[in-house]
Amino acid sequence: MLRYAIRRLALLVPILLGLSVLLFVWVRALPGGPAQALLGEHGSPDAERQVRIAYGLDRPLYVQYWSFLKRTVHLDFGTSIRTNQSVTSEFLTRFPMTIELTVAALIFAVGLGIPLGYLAARKHGRFLDHASVVGSLIGVTIPVFFLGFLLKYWVAIKLGWLPPSGRSNERIIATHPTNFYVLDGLLTREYDASWDAITHLILPAIALGSIPLAIIVRITRAAVIDVSHEDYVRTAEAKGLARSTVSRRHILRNAMLPVATTIGLQTGLLLSGAILTEIVFGLPGIGSFVYHAIQNRDYPVLQGFILIIAVIYVIVNLLVDLSYSLIDPRVRVGGGRG
Amino acid sequence: MADSDPEATAGGGSAGGAAVDGGVAVAEKPAPAPGPAEVGQSLGREAFRRLRRNPVAIGGAVLVLLFVLVAILAPLLAPYDPVDQILKDQIRPGSFPGPSHEHWLGSDSLGRDELSRILFGARQSLLVGVLATTVGFAVGLLLGTLAGAFGGWVDNLVMRVVDILLSVPSLLLAISIAALLGQRLISVTLAVGVAQVPIFARLLRGTMLAERESDYVLAARSLGIRRRSIVLSHVLPNSLSPVLVQGTLSLATAIVDVAALSFLGLSGADPDVPEWGRMLAESQTFLSTAPRLAFLPCTAIVIAALGFTLLGESLREALDPKLRR
Repeated sequence: MLRYAIRRLALLVPILLGLSVLLFVWVRALPGGPAQALLGEHGSPDAERQVRIAYGLDRPLYVQYWSFLKRTVHLDFGTSIRTNQSVTSEFLTRFPMTIELTVAALIFAVGLGIPLGYLAARKHGRFLDHASVVGSLIGVTIPVFFLGFLLKYWVAIKLGWLPPSGRSNERIIATHPTNFYVLDGLLTREYDASWDAITHLILPAIALGSIPLAIIVRITRAAVIDVSHEDYVRTAEAKGLARSTVSRRHILRNAMLPVATTIGLQTGLLLSGAILTEIVFGLPGIGSFVYHAIQNRDYPVLQGFILIIAVIYVIVNLLVDLSYSLIDPRVRVGGGRG
Repeated sequence: MADSDPEATAGGGSAGGAAVDGGVAVAEKPAPAPGPAEVGQSLGREAFRRLRRNPVAIGGAVLVLLFVLVAILAPLLAPYDPVDQILKDQIRPGSFPGPSHEHWLGSDSLGRDELSRILFGARQSLLVGVLATTVGFAVGLLLGTLAGAFGGWVDNLVMRVVDILLSVPSLLLAISIAALLGQRLISVTLAVGVAQVPIFARLLRGTMLAERESDYVLAARSLGIRRRSIVLSHVLPNSLSPVLVQGTLSLATAIVDVAALSFLGLSGADPDVPEWGRMLAESQTFLSTAPRLAFLPCTAIVIAALGFTLLGESLREALDPKLRR
C-alpha cells in the first residue's frame, strides 16, 4: 500500500512538470507576448520595455523557466492585473466559497443519488427503474446553467423562497475568520449567519449537483443490479438471512465500490461546473474570478489559477485511487493498478 | 457490469468533466471482445437491427435529425433576418416585445426576431460541435493508435502527454486554449477539440492493447503479416466501436461546452452571429423581466445535446456484446 502510494506520488512529478512547461509556453504564446499580457491593453512601448526587464523577459528562456519554476514552488504566481493583489491571496480568499459550493453539491448528489439508484435497482424493470434510467440520461445532458437559470427564476425570483444570488444577506453582519461562511457562523455562534449562508447555497448546489446526481444514480443502480446476481448474495438468501441484512451487508457494501470511485471522479466536473454556477448565481468564488480574468485578459490570474486547480485536481484523483485500494481488499492484494 | 461504466454517463456533462473522467475509468478495463461469430451476422448489421428496435435510439435519432435539418435549412425556416433589428422601435428599457402572431418567440433585447436567431444558432452549434469533435477524434485516434500499436516508450510518452492534458479539468483546459488563441470561431473549435483528445486517445489505446492479445492477431502474426498491416487492417477496425460510441457522446459534450465557452465570453468576435451560448449570456440581465430569452437558447442546447446522448447511449448498448441476448 505504502509502496503503491509512493509510486503514484512519484508519477505526479512528471505530470506537474509537464504542466508547468505547458503553462510557461502558454504565457509566452499569448497574443502580444507576455509583457503586453501583463500590462493589459494600454501598455506603451516604454512600459513594455520596463516590464520585460522587471520580469526578466529579456533573459534566455531556460533561465526564465527556472525562475518561473522557483517562484511557482514558493506559491508566487505574480499579481492580478485587475485587482493588483497577489494571485495566491486572491485564490485563498475565494477558494473557501468554491469548496463550500462543491461540497454542498456533492452532499446533494450523493445523499439523493445512492438511495435513488438503490431503489431503482430493487424495482428493476418496473416504472421507478425506467423513470430513473430516462431521468438520469436527461440529467447528464442538462447543462449547469440551464438548471441554474430555471431554479433562479422559479424558486428565487417567482416564488421568492430562496435568495437568487450572492453568498449572504447584506443585512447580516458576521465575522468570517475562515471564509467558510457556514463554518464561520458555527465557530462564532452566529447561527443565523450560518443558516443564511446555507439558504444561499441550496439552489447553486442543486444546479451544480444535478449531473453528478444523474451519474451516481446510474452507477449505483447498475452496481446493485450487478451485485444482486452474485453467488454470495444467493448464498446469503439461501441461508435464510433477513432481506434487510442481505441488502445492507452483502449487496450495498459491495456495490459501493464502483460508486465510491465515481464520486471521486466528479471532482473535475464539479470544479468546471462551479465556474458556470458561480456566474449564474453571482457567487464570489474562484469560478467567477476566472470569468472576470477572461473578460479582462488577466493572464497572471488565469495561469496561477489553472496551475493551482490542476494540482488540487490531480491530488484529489490520487487520494480517490488510494482510498479505493483501502476500501477494496482485492486492489490491495493485487499490488496496485495503473 | 452492464452499463455501470462511469463513462456510460459521459454524455453531456455540462462542463465536459464527466467525459474526461469517464475516459480514465474505462480505459483501465479490458475492452469488450467483439463476438459477432456466435450470432453469425456482422457486428454492424446486428447493431443496426438492435438500434431500430430501441425507442430511446429512435427518439435520439429524431432529435439529431431535427437539429441537423434546422441547421441546414435555417435560411428557409427563419421568418426574418436574424441580424435585422426589426422591432427596435418597440423596445423600452427593461421590456421587449413578447411572443406575437408575427414574432412567435418575441424579440431579443435589441429588437431582433428571437425565433430566427434560435434557428440560425443551430448552424453555429452544429458546425463548431462537429468540427471540434472531429479534431478531438482525429488527434485522439492518431495518438491512441500510436500508443496502442507500438507500446513501449511511444506508449509511455503519449500517455504522459495525455495525463498532463487530463490533469486540468476539461472546461478549464478549453478556456485556457481559447484565451490563448483569441476571440475567433476557430479557437473555440480547437479548444473544445483539444479538450476531447485525451478521452479518445485513452479509450482507443485501452481497447487496442486488449485487442493485441487476441488470437486473431497471433494468427496474423504467425502468418508473417507485417505489423503495420496487422494494426491498420485488424486491430484498429476491431477497436473502433467504443470510440465511435464515444464520438457520438462527445458531440453532445462539445455542443454544451461550446455554448459554455461563449457563455463565458470566449466565442467568435462577431456579436451579430446568433449563437446560443452568447444569447444566454446576453439574457442574464433580463432574467426577471424576460426569462424566455434565457430559456429558449437553453432549451435548444438541451435538445441538440440530448439527441446525441440518447443516440450514443443506445449505440453503446447495441454494440456491447455483453448486453446481447
